[in-house]
Amino acid sequence: MTMKIALSALTLGLATMAGAQAQQITGAGATFPAPVYTKWGEAAKAATGLELNYQAIGSGGGQNQILQRTVDFGASDAPMSAEKLEAGKLLQFPTVMGAVVIIVNLPDVGMNELKISGEMLADIYAGKITKWNDPKIVEMNKSAKLPNLAIAPVYRADGSGTTFVFASYLSAVSTDWKDKVGAATSVKWPAGAGAKGNDGVSATVHNTRGGIGYVEYAFASQNKLTTIQLRNKAGHFVKPEMASFQAAAASGDWANAKNFAVDLIDRMGDTSWPIVSATFIELPKDPKDPIRSANVMKFFDWAYKNGSALAVNLEYVPLPETVQAAVRSAWHTQIVSPDGKPVY
Amino acid sequence: MSHTVAKRPTHMGDAIFEGLARFAGLFVLVLLGGIIVVLFVGGLPAFRQFGVSFLTSDDWDPVQQTYGALVPVFGTLATAILALLMAVPLAFGIAFYLTELAPLWFRRPVGTAIELLAAVPSIIYGMWGFFVIVPIMAEYVQPFVIDSIGEMPLIGGFFQGPPFGTGIFTAAMILAVMIIPFIAATMRDVFETVPAVFKESAYGLGCTTWEVMRSIVIPYTRASVVGGIMLGLGRALGETMAVTFVIGNTNRIATTIFGPGNTIASIVALEFPESETGSLKLASLLALGFILFAISFIVLAISRTLLKSGAKA
Repeated sequence: MTMKIALSALTLGLATMAGAQAQQITGAGATFPAPVYTKWGEAAKAATGLELNYQAIGSGGGQNQILQRTVDFGASDAPMSAEKLEAGKLLQFPTVMGAVVIIVNLPDVGMNELKISGEMLADIYAGKITKWNDPKIVEMNKSAKLPNLAIAPVYRADGSGTTFVFASYLSAVSTDWKDKVGAATSVKWPAGAGAKGNDGVSATVHNTRGGIGYVEYAFASQNKLTTIQLRNKAGHFVKPEMASFQAAAASGDWANAKNFAVDLIDRMGDTSWPIVSATFIELPKDPKDPIRSANVMKFFDWAYKNGSALAVNLEYVPLPETVQAAVRSAWHTQIVSPDGKPVY
Repeated sequence: MSHTVAKRPTHMGDAIFEGLARFAGLFVLVLLGGIIVVLFVGGLPAFRQFGVSFLTSDDWDPVQQTYGALVPVFGTLATAILALLMAVPLAFGIAFYLTELAPLWFRRPVGTAIELLAAVPSIIYGMWGFFVIVPIMAEYVQPFVIDSIGEMPLIGGFFQGPPFGTGIFTAAMILAVMIIPFIAATMRDVFETVPAVFKESAYGLGCTTWEVMRSIVIPYTRASVVGGIMLGLGRALGETMAVTFVIGNTNRIATTIFGPGNTIASIVALEFPESETGSLKLASLLALGFILFAISFIVLAISRTLLKSGAKA
């Protein structure tokens, strides 16, 4: 009698576990979109019953995990090269766009008061400009009080898509940076100290007198960090705010971007913020478990339709409708289950 | 004259137990050998690609795919040695105080406190270091030193630079706090084993407390004291999470005392998740693990020779 009860309890438990498992999707990767994915996950659970388990281990880690198929989807700010996508049989699509902003810790400098150009930023991170009262900085900021303080550049020590976006910008505005350092999720930084994650960079800049760092905009705005103005390609100084991000995002050339990897760095436009980027998801084209794969697409489909308000709230820029439609058709045509039928 | 011949086990239970014990002993050897082999074979592509220059190159460039071990090895050795220099005198002082000077009712609580310190997980030390020590260093200690000693003519250059708060010096401080409990507990336990008759006869001859310590206690316990110090050094060499938070994660050898750096453990912890399987970076990280293994082995060999020469004297 007790055996029967125990056995039925066990099967019931396993069934509920299996039922719960069927609704869970796992992903890993960039810390850049982690806040919005987490919020989408909470809202989607209430609406569709899908449970998202997302680990923000960095873009490099996300790419590695999805190539080894240890997660259902990988998330990366740095778009994967076409060869790697081919070899790994992955489909890449964007979810939202966000901006990388520069934060500083200077005692007498207020929010968005400091102005620097892209070349100066590259020189600061290259260790060529070492003091805050350097003549070049003083010339651009005649009204600011710049102390005789050493500049403390802070960068991401872990493999990061935010680094890729920032280093791409520095490569775009400084040929010296492009030749000596280049752009990748992890580069050889000539100067400064490293910290782990967006939160590590903001904590280190907060702790260090004279610190400067690059973080994703949501971190800067929610922690009320002091940001600076940058000079964009059109020669205007722009503040890091939603309007300037949207101006940059609107100028994206989606139609000609292979694998949706559009370049939004240093775009023309009077009010465009120069460091904007889309963030991407990588999904296997030949999923071993079509149900889980369909659940991932169901989650992102729901996010496209219902998650825009949440994204804007967290200071990200939603994708244009046309791009969302293109992504949906890519899902339908490119992701096939083992028996050849489209999964979603 | 006559040596005992091992009797054949006559009972089943004895045979099984002997077999299990032998298996356990062999298992340790096999495990150790397995780890060495995995590290060496995994790191072979890096050794083959860079040769001996892997050990002397301070280049760590993921874009150009050139890697060198000099910066992490320097950081590991520098933090461990600095930590030992700070920890051993303090640990000795604690052990001396607990065995000779403290009132009896005080010894138990302090001894227990030391053992509790040893049990604190290392990531707690890392968090405490990052949230408490680093801001203090960045806001008070480092600016003070940079503004005062940094302005001096000759040695000033060594004390300048941005006040990050993190760095090799801060990491060595946190490591020192972590290894003091191990060394102090070992020293205290071993100081207490000195037979009272030795100490009493020395006091009878008119020795002061310090002379008793220096001439009787320390020579008697030298082997175990060195063993305790090696234990602490071993922990300092391999400590990962506490160091990763506070070392500054920079792949350059610092030119100033407050400069950031990297240790083998911290660079592996940070860069391992993003390294692709089969890439040169992964091979370099495994090669670094092998080098750390070799460093620990060399340290152990040095301590053995120290003990042997000490025993002869």
